[in-house]
Amino acid sequence: MTDTTALLLALGLPAAATFLIAALGSRPNLRDGVSVTTSVATFAVVLYLLNGFLDGARPSVTLFEVLPGLVLNFAIEPLGMLFATVASGLWIVTAVYSIGYMRGAGEKKQTRFYICFAIAISAALGIAFSGNLFTLFIFYEVLTISTYPLVAHKETPEARRGARIYLGILMTTSILFLLVAVIWTWNIAGTMDFRAGGILEGRIDPVYVPLLLALFAFGIGKAALMPFHRWLPAAMVAPTPVSALLHAVAVVKAGVFTMLKVGTYIFGVGFLSRTGASEWLVWLAAASILIASIIALTKDDLKERLAYSTVSQLSYITLGMALANQMGVVGGAMHIVMHAMGKITLFMCAGAIYVAAHKTKVSELDGLGRKMPFTFIAFTLASLSIIGLPPFGGAWSKWYLMLSAAEAKHLVVIGVLMVSSLLNVAYLLPVAARAFFVPPRGGMAHSLGAAAAPQGGLAEAPAFCVIPICVTAIGCIILFFSVGGLYEFLLHIPILPESTQ
Amino acid sequence: MLAMIEANLPALQVVLPLIAAPLCAMLGTGRRAWAFATLVSFVAFAIAISLFIATMGGTIISYEMGGWAPPIGIEYRVDTLNAFVLVIVSGMAALVLPYARRIVDYEIPAERQVLFYTAFLLCLTGLLGVTITGDAFNVFVFLEISSLSTYALIASGAWRNKRALTASYNYLIMGTIGATFFVIGIGMLYMITGTLNMADLGEKIAAHGDSRTLRTGFVFILIGIGLKLAMFPLHLWLPNAYTFAPSAVTAFVAATATKVAVYVLLRFMFTIFGFDYAFQAATLENVVLPLAIVAMFAASLVAIFQDDLKRMLAYSSIAQIGYILLGLAFLTHTGLTASIVHLFNHAVTKGALFMVAGCFIYATGSSSITSLRGIGRDMPWTTAAFVISGFSLIGLPLTVGFISKWYLVQAAIELGWWPVALLIMGSSLLAIVYIWRVVEQAYLQPAPEGAVRREAPLSMLVPTWILVGLSVWFGVSATMTVGAASRAATSLISSSQIMWQ
Repeated sequence: MTDTTALLLALGLPAAATFLIAALGSRPNLRDGVSVTTSVATFAVVLYLLNGFLDGARPSVTLFEVLPGLVLNFAIEPLGMLFATVASGLWIVTAVYSIGYMRGAGEKKQTRFYICFAIAISAALGIAFSGNLFTLFIFYEVLTISTYPLVAHKETPEARRGARIYLGILMTTSILFLLVAVIWTWNIAGTMDFRAGGILEGRIDPVYVPLLLALFAFGIGKAALMPFHRWLPAAMVAPTPVSALLHAVAVVKAGVFTMLKVGTYIFGVGFLSRTGASEWLVWLAAASILIASIIALTKDDLKERLAYSTVSQLSYITLGMALANQMGVVGGAMHIVMHAMGKITLFMCAGAIYVAAHKTKVSELDGLGRKMPFTFIAFTLASLSIIGLPPFGGAWSKWYLMLSAAEAKHLVVIGVLMVSSLLNVAYLLPVAARAFFVPPRGGMAHSLGAAAAPQGGLAEAPAFCVIPICVTAIGCIILFFSVGGLYEFLLHIPILPESTQ
Repeated sequence: MLAMIEANLPALQVVLPLIAAPLCAMLGTGRRAWAFATLVSFVAFAIAISLFIATMGGTIISYEMGGWAPPIGIEYRVDTLNAFVLVIVSGMAALVLPYARRIVDYEIPAERQVLFYTAFLLCLTGLLGVTITGDAFNVFVFLEISSLSTYALIASGAWRNKRALTASYNYLIMGTIGATFFVIGIGMLYMITGTLNMADLGEKIAAHGDSRTLRTGFVFILIGIGLKLAMFPLHLWLPNAYTFAPSAVTAFVAATATKVAVYVLLRFMFTIFGFDYAFQAATLENVVLPLAIVAMFAASLVAIFQDDLKRMLAYSSIAQIGYILLGLAFLTHTGLTASIVHLFNHAVTKGALFMVAGCFIYATGSSSITSLRGIGRDMPWTTAAFVISGFSLIGLPLTVGFISKWYLVQAAIELGWWPVALLIMGSSLLAIVYIWRVVEQAYLQPAPEGAVRREAPLSMLVPTWILVGLSVWFGVSATMTVGAASRAATSLISSSQIMWQ
């Protein structure tokens, strides 16, 4: 297998699986088997690519030309490789988890769910491997559209409303700002390839750089930069596996990944820092971090609280790009991994709580820790990782972001990051604390789903749900100790133009 | 024999359907009339294709009717631009007629079908004649042939809904006013120059220079054509006409009639008023351009609030005509390319959408959007066709709509007209809203109880999907359409002496 075949295979496998999943709609076990097998196979192919990549292979494949010069091209570079590995790796976990969740919660139309899920993963990988801005834009839109049915899955009026907001904001920003930015870039640079050191320097009047950056920053609505973040909480009406994989990993990370990619390969970090064009974005991202955290404090709905937490954490990565130095890019990219691992755990816990106890609000969780110890221990571990305490992965990405802020002489930003950690403590830890230390209220009266379970005994979600949670929670710890390799890898992200390297 | 046919292709293009029409009227049964008309449309399409190929290299075919040399005799003149339009018109006829059989059986009583197909052929004759002729008065004659037959075709919707009669009557009044304005304008040009041949007119007017008579003539012609192409605010006839016409007629007329009128406008602007005519440039920039932008928004907004699917699409057509006019009002090569390519792109997209509307009417007996609840499950192929063409209308990548938007925005950016670029994108957002209303109804609402709806017959699905396929094919590989449009734009520009930016 050559690397280019592997590249196309990685993109094609999930897409091809949709046909099998559709055909097996009436045989749920087989269908879910296909979904899990495909996720494992996709991950294997991505690992194969990663292996080749570490050996120095840089496969690139062009599929077709839409207009002269406007080609659909896939290429691999460090950031994309990282994102692809994270997305496809966590897909396996979620595929297993979905089986437990969807059956446990008795969701309808599961075949449609798995089909859209596979398309979404395929699109996420397409974003990861896109070799130019045009290809990225195409898959960005595919991702938006394929996740719409997932958000609207329940088909209730709330689900429809949520999905409408979701689609409305993501489409509006991508067409109104991102597409204009893409066409503008094409117009001045004559190319849309991602190149080391950027393609804009010397071709654009520096006065316009902040404006173009604004079109990109707001156009990439998936990065949930305030004030275009409302879609993310709205998307929480989706079944939890969707929130877990897509709205903690694939979709939102596709957004910030695009942000990093535009910063490093379209503008060029050096160009940004020389022109100071991203200065305003530093402040906006910092504000976004704090405001979203404060909103999270006020949310009683567990998933909504996690959603605002995600909005806040995504801005860390945008911040990393806006700081415009190498440590910022490294820290931002690392945060993609660390946050993904932590947040997917938290969401899967929220789903497990819903399946096992039918509870969605933080205030209802009193005493539940004793019935669901695995879930809540995992929740605690993941919370600590998001907060950024050692020995959990989240500590490292914050560390590098702070280094970057220091390098850029933005001392206030260091303060913001620290305050944000405190806010994380304030809105995440009470969840687990309530579950473990507050005695259950009013006996049986409040519990519906758990009514059948004996008081005081274990009432965990199905094993299909719990095992993935434990895996990712332990992953948070492993990431802390294996950060050396990751750091080395991220240093490969080319910052300077090729000629000066 | 073959050489003789080849030499007379331009005449055959019009004469064939013209002679076929009375023959068709004598065929007796609807089935036979249908088969004959379909056959004729296939041959007409073949002729158009061969003309298109012959003019591809830039050659201009000049055909002297009856051997009388122009400017005295009538000249048929085929260049890249009108060959392109001929392909659109005859191609749509060749697709709509196979589609028509079942829906016409459903909508029109058997004894009237013969006359229906006769009128259809006459309409085709008129549209082809307008496009191919090089004589200004001849344009008027063929415009009337196509309009009169269109009034009859629209009125034949009365068997389904009596309001078709008033719709047709309204169109008759407005269309006649338009034709009158048009012919008065031509009269004024004749007054100045004493000729009716377009190329000759162009030369003589350029020599004559600006005058009050010329200005009046220009305004009369612009308003006359403006009525025919439903330029905002002269569009009032269009929504009812499209809504109440039989479905096959709507699909054909929406895809071709306004496009042909746009072609006439282009021809007059560049061939006849093709000298450096400041009055025309000022009119375009100060009148047509703002009106086009207003149309893009006002019509889209109105479309959002329609309950009738066909009426919604009709308003969307008015907005799309806004795009076409906007492109030519830029008065640049890119803008003109965008306009011409959008003629094709919109014909394909809107044709497919109106065909889908016909399929829905065939299955449910109603074109109300609320009656489409849950139809995605009962009619998966039709609904999928709607979604894909809807994407094209919105302008998502890998559809033809994207190509048009790409060039339009590019043209605006080249001129540095930023607000216009953002407005173009802004109006596509409105398209999302009205397309998505239907998508939501079709997929996310439960079907009404007791509704029996079966998938449309193959004879309707296949032409629909051919158009959908075209709208994806030319969205993925647009080099051919854009190349043709760009060559047509070049030939228009080189034939005129307008100062180009």
